[in-house]
Amino acid sequence: MSRNLRITNNKFIDQTSRISFKFDGKTLYGFKGDTLASALLANDIHLIGRSFKYHRPRGIMTCGSEEPNAIVQAGNDASMTEPNTRATEIELYEGLEASSQNCWPSVNFDIGAINNFFSPLIPAAFYYKTFMWPANFWKLYEYFIRKSAGLGKSPTQPDKDIYDHRYLHCDVLVVGGGISGIIAAKTAAKNNLNTVLIDDKNNLGGTTIFQQNECFKINNSYSNEWLKKEIETLNSIKNLTIKTRTTLAAYHSYNYLLARENLTDHLDLNERKDKIRQRLWKIRAKKVIIATGAMERPLIFNNNDRPGVILSYSIKKYIDYFGVKCGQKISLFTNNDSAYETAISLSNSGVSVNSVVDIRDRTNSLIVQQAEKLGIKIHWKSAVVNTNGYKKITSIEIMKLSDDDTTVVGKKIKQECDCLGISGGWTPRVHLFTQSGGKLKFRDEDNVFLPDKSELDQISIGSCNGDFELDSVVKNSVISTNKFLKVNNNDYENLKINSSNEINKKNIWLLPSNKPLGKTKPFLDFQNDSTANDVKLALREGFKSIEHVKRYTTTGMATDQGKLSNMHALGIIAETADVKMGELGTTTFRPPYTPLTFGAIVGRNVGEFFDITRRTPMHDWHAKHNAEFENVGQWKRAWYYPIENESIHEAVQRESKAARDSAGILDASTLGKIDIQGSDASEFLNRVYTNAWSKLEIGKCRYGLMLNEDGMVYDDGVTTRLGENHYIMTTTTGGAANVLGKLEDYLQTEWPELDVYLTSVTDHYATVSICGPNSKKIISKVIPDLNLSDKEFPHMSFRNALIDNIKCRVMRISFTGEHSYEINIQSSYGKSLWEKCFEAGKEFDITPYGTETMHLLRAEKGFIIAGQDTDGTMTPVDLQMDWIISKKKYDFIGKRSLYRSDTIRDDRKQLVGLLTDDPNVVLEEGAQIVLETKKQPIEMLGHVTSSYFSPNLNKSIALAVVKNGKKLKGQKMFVPMKNKTINVTITDTVFLDKENKRLNA
Amino acid sequence: MFLINCPYCGERDQSEFSAGGEAHIVRPKQPTELSDDQWAEYLFMRKNIKGVQFERWNHSHGCRKWFNMVRDTSNDKIHAIYKMGEKPPIK
Repeated sequence: MSRNLRITNNKFIDQTSRISFKFDGKTLYGFKGDTLASALLANDIHLIGRSFKYHRPRGIMTCGSEEPNAIVQAGNDASMTEPNTRATEIELYEGLEASSQNCWPSVNFDIGAINNFFSPLIPAAFYYKTFMWPANFWKLYEYFIRKSAGLGKSPTQPDKDIYDHRYLHCDVLVVGGGISGIIAAKTAAKNNLNTVLIDDKNNLGGTTIFQQNECFKINNSYSNEWLKKEIETLNSIKNLTIKTRTTLAAYHSYNYLLARENLTDHLDLNERKDKIRQRLWKIRAKKVIIATGAMERPLIFNNNDRPGVILSYSIKKYIDYFGVKCGQKISLFTNNDSAYETAISLSNSGVSVNSVVDIRDRTNSLIVQQAEKLGIKIHWKSAVVNTNGYKKITSIEIMKLSDDDTTVVGKKIKQECDCLGISGGWTPRVHLFTQSGGKLKFRDEDNVFLPDKSELDQISIGSCNGDFELDSVVKNSVISTNKFLKVNNNDYENLKINSSNEINKKNIWLLPSNKPLGKTKPFLDFQNDSTANDVKLALREGFKSIEHVKRYTTTGMATDQGKLSNMHALGIIAETADVKMGELGTTTFRPPYTPLTFGAIVGRNVGEFFDITRRTPMHDWHAKHNAEFENVGQWKRAWYYPIENESIHEAVQRESKAARDSAGILDASTLGKIDIQGSDASEFLNRVYTNAWSKLEIGKCRYGLMLNEDGMVYDDGVTTRLGENHYIMTTTTGGAANVLGKLEDYLQTEWPELDVYLTSVTDHYATVSICGPNSKKIISKVIPDLNLSDKEFPHMSFRNALIDNIKCRVMRISFTGEHSYEINIQSSYGKSLWEKCFEAGKEFDITPYGTETMHLLRAEKGFIIAGQDTDGTMTPVDLQMDWIISKKKYDFIGKRSLYRSDTIRDDRKQLVGLLTDDPNVVLEEGAQIVLETKKQPIEMLGHVTSSYFSPNLNKSIALAVVKNGKKLKGQKMFVPMKNKTINVTITDTVFLDKENKRLNA
Repeated sequence: MFLINCPYCGERDQSEFSAGGEAHIVRPKQPTELSDDQWAEYLFMRKNIKGVQFERWNHSHGCRKWFNMVRDTSNDKIHAIYKMGEKPPIK
């Protein structure tokens, strides 16, 4: 059977190279150059899938990216399978395996098709209306709805393919390689403009390249032959880059465009290894010429969705380009001249055309005359009112239109056919134009939206600009391109163009039927299964805005974004609501034009390249010593160092005890470090910190708290005065970049008069922190020359030192409450310094500890962590850190906000300590704190911010924020958990060594 | 995606920049003398114009300099770019 459907002598398909592929498990054959759709049609397979809602049989309807029905699952490998791909866009390759979607157990026998019989019960918004109540049944409903909905299946394994991104800059980008695009690209390139021409197909030439008809000639050649010669000359033009198989996905402002180039999808599977599958081009074009052509519209009538109902011009492409007959007895139904081109092509290829049904009154344009000459029968002023057949069309029913076109009259004629071509006119592809922010205008005469105003340097030419006749397409493309590029290309000056021009135009959005509206199925959105009746229902229910009707009926919301159906939906709404279409406006076309793969979107940014990983110079040592790492921003920080099979809890308890009993060593290199220099450095610090800095002696360190202008704590850290006009500030690990940004902002915009320079030196220094009662002994071994006496080197001071002749900065500061030192050394020496300290500490059992132990130790002392105990709503007063707010300073960032009516409220949440009545119970961080457990609703008074089991105190401790907590010391409260309620008491925030004796121990 | 003409580096892709909100809001010199309402006006109130808006931008992945931009938010057209401290070239 398949042989009958293929005609020979075809220029585009290589009938010598046969390709085998599988569809729904059955092995079939096609040829190099076929799409999956053309190969299936050549095998007489029309039934491709089941519709989304009613599970009606559906077949191939188009030949391009607008295909709503023939969407398949391509590939059966768990990592490479791709759902929802359009059979009309898949180039056939050896080994292709594709299958139907949305059907079970098979496309031929689909259980879900029962929905079709119940369809009168499933109108628009059926799911919204039906599954509203009882509310707690939703979980059950959801299970079934999810099971029955959906299209293809996503891959279950990671994508093995390679994708990448590239930038492209050009003077002129031409989108679309049809006749207009080729004229424009050639004009631009020949005038020394760096030009790029892209097209989504594998060949240039658009629809003209297969237009071999007496009625359409340029310089006495068939239009396809003329264009072929034009394309052949392109190769010799400098400055012109041609990219085929490249789909323009998005058009953003400032002529920034994204295009996806398919590099291997058309190759045989064994030729693809190690090659990049798809490339996303990020294009910045000085000028853009859109020549994306037009899409044929369907017609909206009863049962217009059966397999075998195909857009008329697609039938023409299948016969003229692919050499495939869509049927043996084809009927055509149209409201315009283009169906006659199809009829003539079919007739010339020996396919019998039953008749053309035309809703117009008799017209005698050249192309119609030619069709009549070939003996093609035409039913004037008639309409198809129904189609028959289930898995494929078997016949149509034709009736005469009444004089006013509102109804059908006379006798019903039944006509046997195996394919029906439909044509409802043409819709310019204005998607890219509107994506770029362009405004459309409506042309009443043939009901099209056309590009109107744009802020960008761009034009639309050819049929996407509303020129549908060969002569106007060519002439206007030449004129517009010359004007737009300000050049004078006279290559096309004296072209002699023959064209058959349409004389009679007519359009009926929803064709009349011999049945009442409720009894018909005139499909609008084929992919989402919404009918003209659904749209009318929405209007009856009071929806007015096109955007609301769209969402309510889901018309235009499928993966094809309603490319085929939006115009009819608009038309029917306008008619029913009695508004002008131009005033109704359109829904918004959003990028991407056709779906992009996730692979193309992420490119190479996968796996280890997903984000930058920052490692400290000591990282390898930590890894070697069995450290578990924690992500802090982009940093990998040692979290804890389990010995043998220790759990995190056991390791942290051991590390915490060791740090207080003898000595602990911590890698603090990730803390942000900002070098501050300039004659106004002290004044600058006065303005950005809450406390005073002018009197800080050189060689001393001070803890500072930084607020936002709204008075809330932003970041904290120790800043050291290295010289008269030189400080080094430390910030939290995660806050470093933001703090620097904020400081720069104030310096550049509010206080440009200050002489201050900021430099990020976070990565320049490695920081080794050693704490514990034996830390002093260890440091004295590492730096013997340094006088470590409390008098010479007291707490909160800094000394320059040499270690093996390498300069380093030693700060005596403490985040644990222990006697503690931090040594900062040039990063490249970080690891050797760490090893040296570790070696020196061995006799004291020095214990490396990670961030978890650091957090526990500081919590014992009640030190906050900005971002854990604060959340952007805590002032220093809320933190009970009033002591750090300078009373003398006239101003600092956030000062005025500290006495706004909101910040001086008594019942703000304030930081407190929390002890559980049972010292073995450790609270969950984030747990809510309440006073009253009986009366509902329970008032939430606060929550736990930090919670640990302290091995040094041998009890559980926690920090929390509680409403009016400052005044509640000693108050018993409750932490209600899922299975129990925990009794707690509010305490001071300092749990250990309130007198700070350990600092000098 | 805009193309922004940094006054220090020249034309660069928008991905190198970050937006910093409304421009020409001067931090009060004497905040302590302001009422709560006056301070709140400075702190919180920002315009959100459909049309020509004066904005602060930072070449955050470049020279790290702040500058001002006059942009039409309805079509993203940049009318002017000028350095901090300079008067807007257009009203």
